[in-house]
Amino acid sequence: MAAPALQLHDVRKSFGRTSIINGVNLSIDAGERHAIIGPNGAGKSTLFNLISGRFGVTSGRIDLHGESINGLEPEIINRKGLARSFQITNIFPRMSVYENVRCAVLWSQGYKYSFWHRVDALESVRERTSEIVERIGMVKRRDRIAGVLTYAEQRALEIGVTIAGGANVILLDEPTAGMSRSETDEAVDLIRKVTEGRTLIMVEHDMSVVFNLADRISVLVYGEVIASGTPQEIRGNKAVQEAYLGTEQH
Amino acid sequence: MTRVLTTGRIVFWASVAVAFAVMPLIFSQSFALSMLSQMGIAIIFALSYNMLLGQTGLLSFGHAVYFGLGAFFCAHALNFIGAGKFWFPVTLVPLIGGIAGLVFGLLLGFVTTRRAGTPFAMISLGIAEMVAASALMFTTFFGGEGGIATNRAVGKAFLGLTYGPQIQVYYLIAGWCLVTMILMFAITRTPLGRMANAVRDNPERAKFVGYNPTRVRWFMMALASFFAGIGGGLAAINYEIVTAETLGLVASGNVVLMAFIGGIGHFWGPIIGAVLVTLLQSALSNYTQAWLLYFGLFFLVIIMFSPGGIANLIALHKPVWNAGLVKRLVPSYAIAAVAGSFMLAGFFALIEMIYHFEAKETSSKAFSFFGMKLDPMQVQYWVGVALVLAVGIALVYAVRKVVVRAWENLTVELQQKGAV
Repeated sequence: MAAPALQLHDVRKSFGRTSIINGVNLSIDAGERHAIIGPNGAGKSTLFNLISGRFGVTSGRIDLHGESINGLEPEIINRKGLARSFQITNIFPRMSVYENVRCAVLWSQGYKYSFWHRVDALESVRERTSEIVERIGMVKRRDRIAGVLTYAEQRALEIGVTIAGGANVILLDEPTAGMSRSETDEAVDLIRKVTEGRTLIMVEHDMSVVFNLADRISVLVYGEVIASGTPQEIRGNKAVQEAYLGTEQH
Repeated sequence: MTRVLTTGRIVFWASVAVAFAVMPLIFSQSFALSMLSQMGIAIIFALSYNMLLGQTGLLSFGHAVYFGLGAFFCAHALNFIGAGKFWFPVTLVPLIGGIAGLVFGLLLGFVTTRRAGTPFAMISLGIAEMVAASALMFTTFFGGEGGIATNRAVGKAFLGLTYGPQIQVYYLIAGWCLVTMILMFAITRTPLGRMANAVRDNPERAKFVGYNPTRVRWFMMALASFFAGIGGGLAAINYEIVTAETLGLVASGNVVLMAFIGGIGHFWGPIIGAVLVTLLQSALSNYTQAWLLYFGLFFLVIIMFSPGGIANLIALHKPVWNAGLVKRLVPSYAIAAVAGSFMLAGFFALIEMIYHFEAKETSSKAFSFFGMKLDPMQVQYWVGVALVLAVGIALVYAVRKVVVRAWENLTVELQQKGAV
């Protein structure tokens, strides 16, 4: 049997004496859509930062496709097929939509640090970039400077930049935060569409999004996973209701 | 879009080449010719600097290090060729400077590009100081205070090129300038060039799309140093002497000024800056001893009123030009020009009065200012100059609104036309 797409073994992280993540074990199968929920300050974003290599773990091990990625730089982890989005939009604000996506495509197409290829003439890059721009529904916004897009458009672009490199494990950090109802519905459709056939792990506060999208849910409270299971199981879990769903209704 | 050589681009570069070719026919005096040569070198240097500042966001205070090292290596190469130790065409000697720049860019850049932002600026300053100090310590290579003298007319003449006459040197510089310009422009359109922009704008995001920002900065630094070294090599050939000043902090500071005055946000900006600064430095110093003061003030005015440099001012007018509405701006600009020259005349006169008042002449301190006699020892001249300046300032202040209004009206019109 193939190794899980992502596996966390007793992962711990502390900043100084403050312990944020206290021994998280998690196993996510390839192709699964997994949501991580939990109250504010539970350590969800920190967990994402550990997985994507932004921070190093204090102890424990993180495996991507059965191979340890502990201590690797973010760009190395990205090249191994794991891409992430950010809670606060993190794109290239002075570049156009097309150029933003293209930056995320270049490495995966093998052009790396080339200063001898003309970027506009790279057929595979152009095809891939146009395909992503179309998939995130921004063909009409193609040449707009990213910094002047609407908030919802920037969030869609953020997702486009995240998936453009062809990573098979996608981490989305609160992809619908700050969106209106209709914008959220569109974002959910987009996420469903672009993560087809890939492994998705997302942090999300909007419970309707979580129960709509996720195959499995893990509940993180004070840096520990208190429950992990299908949406039905999580809904019926007493500990979860006490710790989270009951007290913080969304 | 996919073709490298679109007709437009061929026409463009061909016209640049033609302009380079006919320049010395129009400006044929020896003074003009040496200034044109200097401009060509400055253009290469300023463009290479903008690969760091404008494209990668690295504010370096030590770019002359690579220019200077390239120059020293070329001076030694010329001397070796002259002594018959090896044969190498003088035409290609700048390439030796480029390789020297590249090697030192890789070596020193490996250290400096570990950091960006202010730490990078400080480290670059430290390296510049270190190399400048070494230049005075290791006299065998750098020649101490006197520098390294050389002779460009060495080796066998190739196609009749001896590089004795300045005109041949000019065409050598012009040729290299054209080639490096095209190459540096092309690099902006490559994966590395684009990722340099990405790293400049958001290094963190660059990491999460698979790029190591330190690597990107390092490679850009190495390439920028390569082109700076070529510029340095041409300087060695042009002046036939290279001193520690060539790689000193003043030279490093000068290229920062060129880039900012021209504008770092556009590829062409530094070219404008290089031409203008060279012109000011050689021409202005012929007219007035206080030229450094004017130069400094000019820089200040640009930074304060057009932080994007002259290139940005030009770019601002492009949509107006395209829409054929320039004539709307002409009246307000003409009024502004009159008011501005009033203010400047008063200002320059005042500076010159102060300058001549301080001067050592004992007989008479009177001097001619644009054909007008000014005497700093007589009070009425001070009053007169102060009056002109005051009126000038008042005029400029009043006229400012006219220009602003003209622009406001124009913006509305442009929006209606859908040009913006």
